[in-house]
Amino acid sequence: MRDFWRRYRRNKGAVLGLVILFLVILMAILAPVLFPGSPWDMVSAPFMPPGEMGLLLGSDSLGRDVAAGIAHGARISLLVGAVSTLAALLIGVTLGAVAGYLGGFADDAVMRFTEFFQTIPSFVLAILLVAIFNPSISSVVFAIAVVSWPPVARVVRAEFLSLRSREFVQAAEVLGKSRLSIVLTDILPNALSPIVVLASLMVATAILLESALSFLGLGDPNLMTWGFLIGAGRSVIRLAWWMSVFPGIAIFLTVLALNLVGEGLSDALNPRLARQRGAA
Amino acid sequence: MDPTKLIGFLLRRGLKAAIVVLAIVVCNFLLVHAAPGDPASVIAGQSGAADPLFLEQLRKQFGLDQPLYVQLWVYLKSVLTLDLGFSHRQQMPVASLILDRLPATLLLTGAAFVFAIVTGVTLGALAARRVGRWADSLITIIALTFYATPLFWVGLMLVLLFSVWLEWLPSFGMSSVGVELHGMAAVLDVAKHLLLPALTLGLFYLAVYARLTRATMLEVADQDFVKTARAKGVPEGRILRAHVLRNALLPVITFAGIQAGQLIGGSILVETVFAWPGIGRLAFDALLARDYPVLLGVFFCTSVMVVLFNLVTDLLYAVVDPRVEVSG
Repeated sequence: MRDFWRRYRRNKGAVLGLVILFLVILMAILAPVLFPGSPWDMVSAPFMPPGEMGLLLGSDSLGRDVAAGIAHGARISLLVGAVSTLAALLIGVTLGAVAGYLGGFADDAVMRFTEFFQTIPSFVLAILLVAIFNPSISSVVFAIAVVSWPPVARVVRAEFLSLRSREFVQAAEVLGKSRLSIVLTDILPNALSPIVVLASLMVATAILLESALSFLGLGDPNLMTWGFLIGAGRSVIRLAWWMSVFPGIAIFLTVLALNLVGEGLSDALNPRLARQRGAA
Repeated sequence: MDPTKLIGFLLRRGLKAAIVVLAIVVCNFLLVHAAPGDPASVIAGQSGAADPLFLEQLRKQFGLDQPLYVQLWVYLKSVLTLDLGFSHRQQMPVASLILDRLPATLLLTGAAFVFAIVTGVTLGALAARRVGRWADSLITIIALTFYATPLFWVGLMLVLLFSVWLEWLPSFGMSSVGVELHGMAAVLDVAKHLLLPALTLGLFYLAVYARLTRATMLEVADQDFVKTARAKGVPEGRILRAHVLRNALLPVITFAGIQAGQLIGGSILVETVFAWPGIGRLAFDALLARDYPVLLGVFFCTSVMVVLFNLVTDLLYAVVDPRVEVSG
């Protein structure tokens, strides 16, 4: 663990990413304390520029506090990012493990299925899914999970393919362990590091996807999100630039932080690769 | 290349593409039936508010009272004859709605793609030539920034900068409203409107292609045939262009094919921001009106576009690189 942290720390960008991410999480946790009451409440005159009437980031067309919207939106963005990534991991790891461990026909079938999902325009499918199942936080999470599992399945399959013929797996087979327990206790733990790196990048992508969906008006109508804020500011951008600028910066910083953390994790978990990259 | 081999290759790829298209149709069909509520109201595009007589007529027409596999057959037959249903909101067949909007989307995605690939490959090649110099840092910064920025927000910021503050470029539509332009003037007018949307859509892929070109060029530059060329005294510029870059382009082509779907998905957002009259804008309007037949049609049509694009890149790949096994 100490070793891990030492290697992670060497990547300065990754440390910066961790700090930003920590601050965003803090903002999400403290949102009800910093901005008590609903972010939908009117608190001032409409279209107040930043800094006026005690509003740090200005107010929107209905006199709502943009800063409050951003703080409360952080909760939804992080929640959707984390939950949909977990769901996508569940699908991807299961399919990838089946394909990689069983091989043969199962492998072929799963890979064709994965290829199909990688071919179709995933964002269009996500829009369709949310529209048909009516916008709500669960349909958004479902749609994001459905379109983001294929890379996981591919990575997990490749790892399982190379691990399954290794001696410790053969030893477990000879010992008469069941297939399920070999997969769960012998192979999966050894395949974990690429999954962790991928997961951190997937949270970033999921946050971007969520913001795009709610920008198009497909967010949960009862929840304040960053994408919704930008969507609301779109038509009045000539009048109130701050309505769309600040939520966008929030998304940018959060996603950037996650990407940086992902790179740091990759360096720390694959020391050999990182050293090569440092030398190049 | 051996013509019979090429035809066989084309046939196999065509068959594969056809299977994917078929799977998409089935996927659409399942979505209609997975939707909560009555499939007839989904097809009508008016959840709950439709006239019962009309719904009854739809049920007959689509055989919704018949077993599921019969319905699937009816649906397949209609889609494969390019009948994508009818938009009762717009009182137009979905297929003609989409065909009307297709050229605008092709123009936008095509322009963005060309911009991204030309600039991206150039920057990537410059970066690979001088590792650690300005072009190298520039693509790292561009990549980090555009990987983390929502596409629609980039568009809005460009509007804010170039249309609202600098007033250089128009912020919406495809041509100026209320003026009749002809010939060159009309082309220039469209080009002016195209600039910001194409830039928005292209910037992300520019970063992707630049990084990819840099990485593969560095990889190729290490290989033996490059050392041989250098030993023979081939000028450095020619080595880079004819030996390194040419080989480094192959993965870029493959990747462009894989990302075609994302490019089209991105165009929905960009068209929404810039009110560009393409398929994406059509999808957005259909979304607001919950016009499901149009949405399903857009999904089908964009998927087919991606499949076709992949077919083209496969072919291109086989032509560019004679080593590629056409049997695969």
